[in-house]
Amino acid sequence: MPSANVRGAQPSAERRLSTLVRHLLPSSARTAAAATTTSAADFLEAFPTMASSSVFAGLAQAPEDPILGVTVAYNKDPSPVKLNLGVGAYRTEEGKPLVLNVVRRAEQMLINNPSRVKEYLPITGLAEFNKLSAKLIFGADSPAIQENRVATVQCLSGTGSLRVGGEFLARHYHERTIYIPLPTWGNHPKVFTLAGLTVRSYRYYDPATRGLDFQGLLEDLSSAPSGAIVLLHACAHNPTGVDPTLDQWEQIRQLMRSKSLLPFFDSAYQGFATGSLDKDAQSVRMFVADGGELLMAQSYAKNMGLYGERVGALSIVCGSADVAVRVESQLKLVIRPMYSNPPIHGASIVATILKDSNMFNEWTVELKGMADRIISMRQQLFDALKTRGTPGDWSHIIKQIGMFTFTGLNSDQVAFMRQEYHIYMTSDGRISMAGLSTRTIPHLADAIHAAVTKLK
Amino acid sequence: MAMCSRAAAAIRRRGGVALAPPHARAMASLFGHVEPAPKDPILGVTEAFLADPSPDKVNVGVGAYRDDNGQPVVLDCVREAERRIAGNLNMEYLPMGGSIKMIDESLKLAYGEDSEFIKDKRIAAVQALSGTGACRLFADFQRRFLPDSQIYIPTPTWSNHHNIWRDAQVPQRTFTYYHPESRGLDFAGLMDDVKNAPNGSFFLLHACAHNPTGVDPTEEQWREISYQFKVKNHIPFFDMAYQGFASGDPERDAKAIRIFLEDGHQIGCAQSYAKNMGLYGQRAGCLSILCEDEMQAVAVKSQLQQIARPMYSNPPVHGSLVVSIILNDPELKSLWLKEVKGMADRIIGMRKALKENLEQLGSPLSWDHITNQIGMFCYSGMTPEQVDRLTNEYHIYMTRNGRISMAGVTTGNVAYLANAIHEVTKTK
Repeated sequence: MPSANVRGAQPSAERRLSTLVRHLLPSSARTAAAATTTSAADFLEAFPTMASSSVFAGLAQAPEDPILGVTVAYNKDPSPVKLNLGVGAYRTEEGKPLVLNVVRRAEQMLINNPSRVKEYLPITGLAEFNKLSAKLIFGADSPAIQENRVATVQCLSGTGSLRVGGEFLARHYHERTIYIPLPTWGNHPKVFTLAGLTVRSYRYYDPATRGLDFQGLLEDLSSAPSGAIVLLHACAHNPTGVDPTLDQWEQIRQLMRSKSLLPFFDSAYQGFATGSLDKDAQSVRMFVADGGELLMAQSYAKNMGLYGERVGALSIVCGSADVAVRVESQLKLVIRPMYSNPPIHGASIVATILKDSNMFNEWTVELKGMADRIISMRQQLFDALKTRGTPGDWSHIIKQIGMFTFTGLNSDQVAFMRQEYHIYMTSDGRISMAGLSTRTIPHLADAIHAAVTKLK
Repeated sequence: MAMCSRAAAAIRRRGGVALAPPHARAMASLFGHVEPAPKDPILGVTEAFLADPSPDKVNVGVGAYRDDNGQPVVLDCVREAERRIAGNLNMEYLPMGGSIKMIDESLKLAYGEDSEFIKDKRIAAVQALSGTGACRLFADFQRRFLPDSQIYIPTPTWSNHHNIWRDAQVPQRTFTYYHPESRGLDFAGLMDDVKNAPNGSFFLLHACAHNPTGVDPTEEQWREISYQFKVKNHIPFFDMAYQGFASGDPERDAKAIRIFLEDGHQIGCAQSYAKNMGLYGQRAGCLSILCEDEMQAVAVKSQLQQIARPMYSNPPVHGSLVVSIILNDPELKSLWLKEVKGMADRIIGMRKALKENLEQLGSPLSWDHITNQIGMFCYSGMTPEQVDRLTNEYHIYMTRNGRISMAGVTTGNVAYLANAIHEVTKTK
């Protein structure tokens, strides 16, 4: 298109073209361009499309997602000993994805059910699913539920619940700041920022002890403005696996209520932390019991293995039933222009399981099985490092809770393990225990040992 | 109430801080000031219908297909696909951009099996949450990368279009579309607005079966619109929610898009499988943007993923499996084409029947528009007051803009419907 016109251009046209080229090139090419004395004509020839009129011409490629990008890199690796400890998706001892038996049963029941919903769900999702989800996290005897003070809407897993909750707060809540723990799941800051909130952090992890920086946490929440929103991981903190004790939770609760800080719980691992659904919900129920308000983002991705079905729920515990009704109506206004109504398949599976006591029990057994296997992996990894005499204190591996271990490895050591041992994890040193098996633990232990002894 | 006060008292005894008892708390709620939101104009209709106990009630409100018994339908091809999925496939996360297989098949449907743009990998495409989700991703993308741009939306349009671009914070304008007097297209008005819009404006176009009017430009008119768009350097964004549903032939229903592609436009396109595959609640759709070249398409796709990640991380897998299985299997695809034609034909038949009934009743008005319009909806031309009479006196439910969902019309209720319409319109 442009090259024939551009060759033999007059000096003034050459200057105009140079300016145009500089504007059209992505910044990386612009730097390279500035470094040479190539004429505009040659540039337009090298990038023939740059002289086009596309409105998205200058758009740069986005960086790879830090978490999901790990799996992308893993998939490209041809090594037979490669190990993916990136994304928190459960794997069996054989390294395979797992669909729970009870989920398979529910699937079949849905196929065979002639009266199942065939059309759109309401904007707020499957009503039965919403009620059962609220009961699961708050407890069937929860006063908030009894008093109809809970507005629950089905959302797209944890991410969708957080986003819808964040958007609601940005529109209707007087404080636009949310405090998130340091560190936290990589996607949290983006979710809340795009929802329209300002993100600040509070101290959480203490690298020295590989445990909770409780003093720092209390100090930071104490100096937060009254009414600020605070993101809390209900259990099995991601990425550190470090949870407050019940006593610490009580102190957090008291502090927050005294400053009217609004709790926003993210519960992605209920049942996965200790193996008990009720135990893992204790922190949340403590806050509900004091009669106060809170937000709760619930995910079934891990504890029911429904990952890609995107099943979750946002609940807002309100001061009164009347407020809950109005809040629900406003949540609809957030959802409708985003995706109209939520996907039906996963929520139908969850509702089928939760409402049938046999299936519910079967689920708790399978869930405990997954949690127990992870706990066993923790023990085995700890033992393997001990056997190798790997320098350092590795007790945090068995102290931390949930799917992830924050190893304490630095990014150089992480890169070393990727290059030399084909082990993939996020650069913050977080490993997904769910990706390990008895067979692969020795390989990981060898890699950690090498990384720690060779690199500091 | 009592339980809560007891809990509060228990906490106080332990020395903790508890809030005031419930009746006082109602005033102290952090959300006490939240207003009740207005009901959605479309979805609220079905709610009202469901609440009505009358045995004669008719729902011609929301656009979900019904068979001649007024029952919702799961297509046979979908049933078979679901049988193959259950017990066999896992539920792992899709990539942020969704299922590659589903995207590939969707692009073939919209751009053509042998599209050079597909061969040249020039299309940035991601799986989206049905048509709504595809439009929203595009609107957010527009906001992020062209923050000074605005969108021209036809008058009238699906009401949620306004909500989507508003929430994406993209300013909107309208362009002339529907001609009330003829109940057809105001083509001259449309072309004027296209010419008067600033160069390089974004326009939302319904690819086929315009919602809510059922009025589509002719092929000739589409060509003229496309030409004028080229002159003005406008950017067309197609919302295609009814491919296959309008004429019964998906290729024919994509004609407008193909014309624009031939003319060299770099289109955006939202596709939905809600109606044409009956996948409504599965939220299966696709957003595509035609780019300059492969490099740009890769960049644009990566940026679309950055918008999806903080919204829902990755799209739901089930619907995408159903779509991929059907479109990848020649037998299932052929079954689908038959079933979608069957749905379109039934609607075309109901249009004819409704018009004939009204004519036989001796209606003084012209009802040609019922059969001239295409797709799921008929813009009847009735006023909100007339619609209210239909609801209150005849238990017939539709949106107050006079839009009738033809999918809700059956051989069993068409006479009743025609009679009611006649009764409320025979005197002006």
